[in-house]
Amino acid sequence: MREKLAKAFTLTDTQIFRRAPLPKSYTDFLGRKLFLFLLTLQGLAAFALITLGVLLRKFQTARNVIRPRIRREIARAGVALVPMFLFVALALGFLVIGQTVSALARVGATGYLGSTMVIAVVRELGPLLAAMLVLARVGTAHVIELGTARALGEVEALEALGIDPVHYLIVPRVIGMAVGVFALTVYLIIGALASGYLFAFLQDVPLTPGDYFKQITEALNWLDFVLLALKTVAFGFFIAIVTCYHGLAQPLRLEDVSRVAVRAVTQGVIVCVLIDALFILLYLVT
Amino acid sequence: MSKMEITAVIEMREVSIGAMRDISFVVLEDVNWSVAPGEFWTVAGPQYSGKSDFLMLTAGLMAPVKGECKLFGMDTRTFGEAKLTERLHVGLVFAGGQLFNQLTIRENVALPLQYHHDLTPAAAGQAVAALLELLELTPLADLTPTNVSDNWRQRAALARALILKPQVLLLDNPLANLGARHLHWWLRFLDQLSRGHDWCGGGPMTLVVTADDLRPWRNSGRKFALLRDKMFSPLGSWNEIESTNDPVVKELLAVPVELTS
Repeated sequence: MREKLAKAFTLTDTQIFRRAPLPKSYTDFLGRKLFLFLLTLQGLAAFALITLGVLLRKFQTARNVIRPRIRREIARAGVALVPMFLFVALALGFLVIGQTVSALARVGATGYLGSTMVIAVVRELGPLLAAMLVLARVGTAHVIELGTARALGEVEALEALGIDPVHYLIVPRVIGMAVGVFALTVYLIIGALASGYLFAFLQDVPLTPGDYFKQITEALNWLDFVLLALKTVAFGFFIAIVTCYHGLAQPLRLEDVSRVAVRAVTQGVIVCVLIDALFILLYLVT
Repeated sequence: MSKMEITAVIEMREVSIGAMRDISFVVLEDVNWSVAPGEFWTVAGPQYSGKSDFLMLTAGLMAPVKGECKLFGMDTRTFGEAKLTERLHVGLVFAGGQLFNQLTIRENVALPLQYHHDLTPAAAGQAVAALLELLELTPLADLTPTNVSDNWRQRAALARALILKPQVLLLDNPLANLGARHLHWWLRFLDQLSRGHDWCGGGPMTLVVTADDLRPWRNSGRKFALLRDKMFSPLGSWNEIESTNDPVVKELLAVPVELTS
């Protein structure tokens, strides 16, 4: 396992490029940035494939150790965040959806309400906001925990005990985050749609709850449910991959951990936006 | 693999060892070494002489840069998951313990047993409790490693390495920073393991310890070796060590240096 990880990480030893002297021209600078981006992408892809391989191959291994860890990660990336998500759902409903509903009512375009809500909340805002919040709240914790464990030699200790670090440390986090982002997105969407109607109701928008619900259900189709599930699971999986990759791969010293956490969050945001763009293309194609 | 077939549990031929953090940086070259079952080796060396890297390679955690390293007659390069059973016959105690800080002492000790035998905490509980009792760790069992002293952390690391009842035990500078009472306990306990302890079936255990101070090992170690200037040199018996004029050995024996006025 050490060799597989080492291969994935040495291929992307971005430290060498980061520490190189500043290039003289803008083209060199851009070239370096592009090279760094490609190397990071390669490392992340290798790490994701290793994790997927371990997840599938060791699905039945040490269930009494791994399953409680998966449950704990689901609780951490899901259940523990429910109060925060309810607050954000309320805020989203009041600030965005409520205003949209009342604006559409003012111009007599309440017929577009359902499709507007589905595009804005179900397809875009809900999943992306949920992913960003989980990245900020749990993803950073992953980098710090794993980075500290790596710096303190806990990963070597696992290997010495014959325990696969990817199986023990990464697989529960990946599953926990994928399930967590999916579940929280559903809560966020439901909460936001409900509080949005409440805000519109307080503004005396002439719309009954039945009409509001009917418009939304009519605007939704089976593809929205399928793509929402795929998108949120992809968000969770890749946020976990990016944060775990940086936590486990790079920091060998405690002083590096905070710097790497910042880099992981930045890359996590970029990965989420790229996945989102990919799903927009899928929506357009289908 | 049965014990009867093995003439050397550890065997190194022309081995060059890279640093754990940077494999391209060679810390030891041309190491030739053989450890027979039941032997007790003390490998001494000054700081940064490559003691930890030497032990990591011996445990099969990294491959040699050059040469051949065998554990139980098998090349450590092929010591992957397919040979996990053989690999688990080697226990390793890191310098400083390197316990998992998120887990309690009990959970730390139980983890390898639970993972490799797929046991629930309750099913592993009896064996874990017995080992904790043996190592006098029971009162600290439900504390996390950060809440106990270095002395007890090191002992918990020993418990974690012993839970799978290994045939070979590698210890990286186990006596560093220990108080006098703990130091004596460790020397006594390692001596018992070397002679044969009930916990590991009564047979003598093969022990390799690294040290930066040779004095405590006077009565415990049976064979000695020195790491310095990227070289591995067998030192012979304790009498030979005491009679040597080698300045590095004298330093490891903490012989006072004569100062010129």
